[in-house]
Amino acid sequence: MSTLAYSLSDTSTMLRRQFKHMLRYPSLTVMLVGMPVVFLLLFVYVFGGTIGDGLGGPTGGREAYLTYLTPGMMLMAIVAAVQGTAISVAMDMTEGIIDRFRTMSIARVSVLTGHVIASVVQSFLCIAVTLGVAIAIGFRPDADPLGWLGLAGVLVLISFGLTWLTVGLGMAAKTVEEASNTPMPLMLLPFFGSAFVPTESMPTVIQYFADYQPFTPFIEVVRALLFGNAVGGTDLILTIAWSLAFALLGYVVSKKKFNKR
Amino acid sequence: MTSKPAAIEARNLTKSYGEKPVLGGVDISVPEGTIFSLLGPNGAGKTTTVNILTTLIPASGGDAFVHGNHVAGDADAVRRSIGVTGQFAAVDGLLTGRENLHLMGRLHHLGKRETKRRTEDLLERFDLVDAAKRTPATYSGGMKRRLDIAMCLMGDPKVIFLDEPTTGLDPSGRRVVWSIVRELVKSGTTIFLTTQYLEEADELADKIAVLNGGTIVAEGTPEELKRLVPGGHVKLRLHRPDQVERAVQSLAAVVSDTDPLGVQVASDGSIHSLRRILDAIDREGIEVDELTVHTPDLDDVFLTLTGHTTNIETAAAAA
Repeated sequence: MSTLAYSLSDTSTMLRRQFKHMLRYPSLTVMLVGMPVVFLLLFVYVFGGTIGDGLGGPTGGREAYLTYLTPGMMLMAIVAAVQGTAISVAMDMTEGIIDRFRTMSIARVSVLTGHVIASVVQSFLCIAVTLGVAIAIGFRPDADPLGWLGLAGVLVLISFGLTWLTVGLGMAAKTVEEASNTPMPLMLLPFFGSAFVPTESMPTVIQYFADYQPFTPFIEVVRALLFGNAVGGTDLILTIAWSLAFALLGYVVSKKKFNKR
Repeated sequence: MTSKPAAIEARNLTKSYGEKPVLGGVDISVPEGTIFSLLGPNGAGKTTTVNILTTLIPASGGDAFVHGNHVAGDADAVRRSIGVTGQFAAVDGLLTGRENLHLMGRLHHLGKRETKRRTEDLLERFDLVDAAKRTPATYSGGMKRRLDIAMCLMGDPKVIFLDEPTTGLDPSGRRVVWSIVRELVKSGTTIFLTTQYLEEADELADKIAVLNGGTIVAEGTPEELKRLVPGGHVKLRLHRPDQVERAVQSLAAVVSDTDPLGVQVASDGSIHSLRRILDAIDREGIEVDELTVHTPDLDDVFLTLTGHTTNIETAAAAA
């Protein structure tokens, strides 16, 4: 086998290890999936009536708010999933088996790519459940097959970027507790973006921040694709740029940390 | 005397963390198919040495070769020839015993059938068949260590590093690990073992190096090391207090500090010297209740060389 074949084989071995971990320790996955669903229900049923009226759409109320909120909650699902990534990476690094991997002739990065791919899959699980609940309570997306395909692509890209970022955070953390705290700011970013209310309704300074921070373009691209609207060029470029930048940053940090020990 | 090539070779190995030196120029040469033991107290630099030789951390200076490959220059080749069992069980806590071995097989790219064959073979050999379906969380310390060693054997390594493999095990668990080590070396594997137990090094090693404060302070076979320390003697416990003086004079003995009935006679423990002592006892009509021969053990060596007692003694004193 060639080097590439070996690294692919090692990556799939590590991925299998991660899936087994998920199955053996399902409470983490359940907790991660629960978070965006709770947010969705809370905001639609508790705040939705009032906020929905404020959106000024033709119908207003809870229904309008569900339509507005769902794309943001799909991003929240990714954020929730990658919180778990940092924790499981940090937990893994405290295990003696990582040192065993380091003394074996394997593609070293496969330990990390195993985490990344498993985590992207977990993100999709979270997104699917969130979207499923949204549809169950009345959300009606309006995308053609090509739109769904584009949506899937964009979501893979975003979760890939955020996953590498949190793998980096997990690697950089000295303890598991630290790893469960450092990705917290990611949870706040959707609030300071277009997830819950349009950015135009915010004070100028916050609006300026909201329009250029990663989550607003992420959410707007997802929103456009879900409803078959034209995707904003700037939003798409920002989405791709932020995702790749996160991925690169996370990759560089984690690779350095992994080799340094 | 260099008929066989050295399986492990370290030349002037140094390691320091910032200003703090951990290893100060260590030389090691381990011939193929032998057991080498690095003996030393906690903090002597044993694990650091293992970590350098197993490519986990780079040395600050010096060169090291394992199975003919440079640990820094050709780390991957070194990794292909070694198996490592670290101080802390390097098993995946969420996978079962069998899955842990399968994981190793896949990472060694053994193929499905071979992975399965070796897994079942190792489970059998290490008495883990019943535990194969459970995760290591349910294992005893000894079982975990056996799984750990089994995992490092999946790749059929030429050189095995065992870093304090019996620390924390009960006496029977320790004996099991010892017999595993003896079996391994029979098949031609080279073993590098660190330990803080003198008995263990004495029991297993062909050659011992005593590491203290980052430098090797003595090296040799267990017998050679024991010879470094004088002080063998025969201890006699007399029956009658009024014969102590006679024994002291006729045997050139000294009265024991702790026992008014005990005397010590310098002796190398040889038959010849024992016969001389027994003859003198007969001649003088001294009644002896008890006779013990004390040859210097590695504890004496350790104490003489490093200035501290071994951990066993320290622990016993503290208890």
